[in-house]
Amino acid sequence: MLSALPGVLFDGVAYGSLLFLISIGLSITLGLMNFINLAHGAFAMVGGYVCVVSTLRLGLPFGVALVAAFAAAAIAGAVLERLLYRRLYGRSPLDQVLFTIGLTFMSIAAATWIFGSGQQPVRLPESLLGQTRVLGVDVGVYRLFLIGIVLALASGLALLVTRTRFGARIRASVDDARTSAGLGIDVDRVFSVTFTLGSGLAGLGGALGIDVLGLDPTFPLKYMVYFLLVVVVGGAGTIVGTLAAAMVLGIFDVAGKYYVPSAGAFVIYALMVVLLLLFPRGLLRRAR
Amino acid sequence: MSVAFSLPDSRWRAGEIAFWVAAALVYVIFPSDLVLASQVLITGLFALSLDLILGYAGIVSLGHAAMFGTGAYTAGILARHGWGEPLTGLVAAGLAAAAVAFVTSFIALRGADLTRLMVTLGIGLLLYETANQAAEWTGGVDGLSDMQVRDLFGVFPFDIRGRTAYLYTLAVVFLVFCVARRIVHSPFGLSLRGIRESPRRMAAIGSPVQRRLVAVYTIAGAIAGIAGALLAQTTQFVGLEVLGFSRSADLLIMLVLGGAGWLYGGLVGSALFLVAQSRLSRLNPVYWQFWLGLLLVLAVFFAPGGITGAIAARWQKGGRR
Amino acid sequence: MTAVLRTDRVSRRFGALQAVREVSFALEAGARHALIGPNGAGKTTLVNLITGVLTPSGGDVFLEGERVTSLSSHLRARRGMARTFQITTLFPNLTVLEAVLVALCERNGLGASFWIPVARRIREIEEAHRILSDLHLAGDAGTLVRVLPYGKQRVLEIAVALATRPRVLLLDEPAAGIPGSQSAEIFSVLAGLPREVTILFIEHDMNLVFRFAERITVLASGSILAEGTAKEIAGDARVREVYLGEGGDA
Repeated sequence: MLSALPGVLFDGVAYGSLLFLISIGLSITLGLMNFINLAHGAFAMVGGYVCVVSTLRLGLPFGVALVAAFAAAAIAGAVLERLLYRRLYGRSPLDQVLFTIGLTFMSIAAATWIFGSGQQPVRLPESLLGQTRVLGVDVGVYRLFLIGIVLALASGLALLVTRTRFGARIRASVDDARTSAGLGIDVDRVFSVTFTLGSGLAGLGGALGIDVLGLDPTFPLKYMVYFLLVVVVGGAGTIVGTLAAAMVLGIFDVAGKYYVPSAGAFVIYALMVVLLLLFPRGLLRRAR
Repeated sequence: MSVAFSLPDSRWRAGEIAFWVAAALVYVIFPSDLVLASQVLITGLFALSLDLILGYAGIVSLGHAAMFGTGAYTAGILARHGWGEPLTGLVAAGLAAAAVAFVTSFIALRGADLTRLMVTLGIGLLLYETANQAAEWTGGVDGLSDMQVRDLFGVFPFDIRGRTAYLYTLAVVFLVFCVARRIVHSPFGLSLRGIRESPRRMAAIGSPVQRRLVAVYTIAGAIAGIAGALLAQTTQFVGLEVLGFSRSADLLIMLVLGGAGWLYGGLVGSALFLVAQSRLSRLNPVYWQFWLGLLLVLAVFFAPGGITGAIAARWQKGGRR
Repeated sequence: MTAVLRTDRVSRRFGALQAVREVSFALEAGARHALIGPNGAGKTTLVNLITGVLTPSGGDVFLEGERVTSLSSHLRARRGMARTFQITTLFPNLTVLEAVLVALCERNGLGASFWIPVARRIREIEEAHRILSDLHLAGDAGTLVRVLPYGKQRVLEIAVALATRPRVLLLDEPAAGIPGSQSAEIFSVLAGLPREVTILFIEHDMNLVFRFAERITVLASGSILAEGTAKEIAGDARVREVYLGEGGDA
């Protein structure tokens, strides 16, 4: 039993990395615009489908497909933010919930109509298949690749937020949008760019995750809970908190399903309730 | 004494009476649609219970199906194991759902809007999984059937065409509705609206905000449980979807359609939604979902001030009723 | 000591910022007491500590001799402490009458009563109308609060606080953002209140303060700088410096 632990942990970390990649956009959006975007999973789904179309229908290499996934989701995010989301920033949570559920329904229906309701296959490049040995443990190459990419991106994001001027503007706007605007920060632009980036990352996560999470039109609803969970537990607007929460949830979900398969998703929901009880403001909530 | 001119008074209005008379007449006018009509009433009651916490107290919940499902399974399990008397089953279901609501209120009502959203969602999912796993009791994915619901008052059997079911449902829904109506027009109801508008102000005038919210959440839970039990007893079947997220989400949509924050919103919305769904979704489920989504998006943008604004507009008119 | 409200070395810090430092302050029964000070002096924070919206990092609050430091704000309100907020905190989608009514119902212990309709509570409704006419809001009884002009909203804030028949009334800048003529009217209403109600108010308009306050406490950087009658404070050089030295106020 315990001998499987390193493998389970590794899978959990891989799963957590995916959760982080998709959820980080949601976290920043929530922390920045205080907007509850239940449709965030739809952007991931867009990325996933673009990746499938790129590799299977257009025959493009996997790397290119990933870039395409990122770009498509980012563009979708940019357009929707400018046209629709922007007008709802000050609205009540109920309005935001209803709007994003509506968007989600529309995206699911569109995906079903275009691609059918089945699971999408993915063709991974040869180099990423198979297993390899790391620290005496047999791990999947693809999952290793996943963790690598996500950690690199996470560090990049952290650097962006802490070292660049744009990152400083993001942090200022998260802390206090009104004052930041008063200081001359183009808050609207910060919102736009962040939303676009966050959607793009979600799209990338959706594409990378086809092998792990699967891809079908119900993706946004199926995984919505997980993304929200990561954000709420980790604390909206923080990178470290989101990463920590994603890892914890990823590991617990995988471990739960492995060691107590009969409990299914029960473990993760119970864990969420417990964590929210203990940390009602998230693991690492920025003090307002 | 013209002093109460600017308060919505609690006399039954002509429109209201017309509504219930019409509901009773459905029995005579649409005898072949009684099953759908029962569904409309049941779901309408369920929506009313959500409106109590959403439209009146301002709590956005994505997991209200938890209480509905608890009621359904309670009535179902009781009927399966020999306790088929419908009325007491109804009461038991209401109490069980109230208990679930009461216990979960302490975690569900803490924190800011998003946390509450998440916790209510999580509780709904938790119960869903629990029901899924406890297949021995709930029938799991296959659902709970084999219920022996006894005759109502020992005299009226629940027949296939749903005649007894409809009158039973109508009577129960009407009674519970009257209770909800009283609550809404009472000082307690006023304090709930005050809490929705400004919990800070309410605390500053001495209102025990948390206690009131727990109270309304429990009452709403009980009502949802009764609706669930009605569903179980009239269809003699309980499927997992009674606890599912779609139920909770569809409910929100019904309140959008009918308007939250007034008593008939849930009933009207439920009628619109279910009738439309029975006609349209049969044709093409994908289209149904798409148009539903589009409707939500449009409603948020074009209803004056969004959904919550529409509530306010209604109260403005209501103040002069 | 006839202090109806007292703080004992109460403090509050936010991270590294010490907003209120060991403030010991006493409010005499029947007082008309002003709390003044430059922006950021900690006045609203002090009121929030007194009313229970914030918990102190140290020190205690006493209401009529009873230690209320760990009591929640709604329990303090029940014990006769009422307040208004600097930023209008009312019920946007209730009518003016309902706003006052909800406070009256709470006070009369009807908040949990769920059977008898509010419309039949004649006694409370009449009293609500009375309060509204005392404050010249009678004509707006059926208007939605969010439609009400700002000046009247400020008056309604006071009406709601008064509806609870408080022993102590804490007003946070009641005349904020209101033109001079109207604010004088608000204060004349306050002046007309019986001595059973003890009043503490934060204000920036010095004319109003000197006309209305019998005692003044000056707060600066979280501590009490000076305390005394209107004349004493007006003549106090330190006060002038901390206020007018910074470019004047109000």
